[in-house]
Amino acid sequence: MTVALCATAIVVLALLWEVSLPWLDRKLEIRRANRARRADGVGVPGYDPGRERRAEQRARELLKSCVNEEEWAMYRDLGFIRVWGGESDGTGEDVVARDLRGVPYAYLVYPHRPIVAYLPQTGRLLNEYCVEFPDESRPYGSARLPDSDDVLAKWMALKGDERRLITEANMHLPGRQIDPKMLQRDIWRLGRWERERLERERRPPAQTPGAAGPADPTA
Amino acid sequence: MKFLRMRPGYGEQLIAEGDVEVADDQERLVEEFRRQLDQGMWAAVPVISESGRREAEMVRAFEDIPRMTDRVIFFPRAAGGAR
Repeated sequence: MTVALCATAIVVLALLWEVSLPWLDRKLEIRRANRARRADGVGVPGYDPGRERRAEQRARELLKSCVNEEEWAMYRDLGFIRVWGGESDGTGEDVVARDLRGVPYAYLVYPHRPIVAYLPQTGRLLNEYCVEFPDESRPYGSARLPDSDDVLAKWMALKGDERRLITEANMHLPGRQIDPKMLQRDIWRLGRWERERLERERRPPAQTPGAAGPADPTA
Repeated sequence: MKFLRMRPGYGEQLIAEGDVEVADDQERLVEEFRRQLDQGMWAAVPVISESGRREAEMVRAFEDIPRMTDRVIFFPRAAGGAR
């Protein structure tokens, strides 16, 4: 009995070896090819956090140079930008819904997340517009723009041709990808941020010692 | 006028630069503009409105670029995201 079991086990092992040999060969071949490519410096470079950080820094500078001062401050402080809708279309028609009848609407623009249309007066969420700007040249293996470039692309497309962007996007009801509670919280944060900003602007500048008089031009 | 292109891993890249008043430069810019659009890029021009607000205009032809603009930004065309 034991001899029979041992013989069966040997046969099974031999068969497994036969079956797995081509698979092992393929794996070894891939590993050898990858090692050779790395040695030659050819192929897609790996993820480099330093490069991505530098790219994001450049993208932030570009965004700052293109959007309005309060929009930049909004992005810096809150992580998103509100863009008013219906500004780029000369027809006077609302792009997101025909039944708005002129009620002002706006979009919340997040990096690499859907654009969310909502009514600022009531906070009612209208739609999510899932849109991407994939760069298929994939210089470093990824088609994804830096965060701030993604926001700027959405901002420019909404400002320049809202209808075209919305037409290209996949429309969903709110809550498909972004938690509506998070959106409501962001709308509330935006309202508070705007009030505080307004108060700061209304407040007279603080007098610092020695700064009361006019600056000495010869200093 | 500068042509900038958004690219993954780079931020923006300067892809062409020239003076539109100089014929050779303009020809080169027109060629580059067409090449970018052929590659599926969208082109936008940051502008300042009469009220002083910063806005953007999408341009589909070189002739549509305002003469006074100093930069054109190219970015990949929009595609519908997660279904």
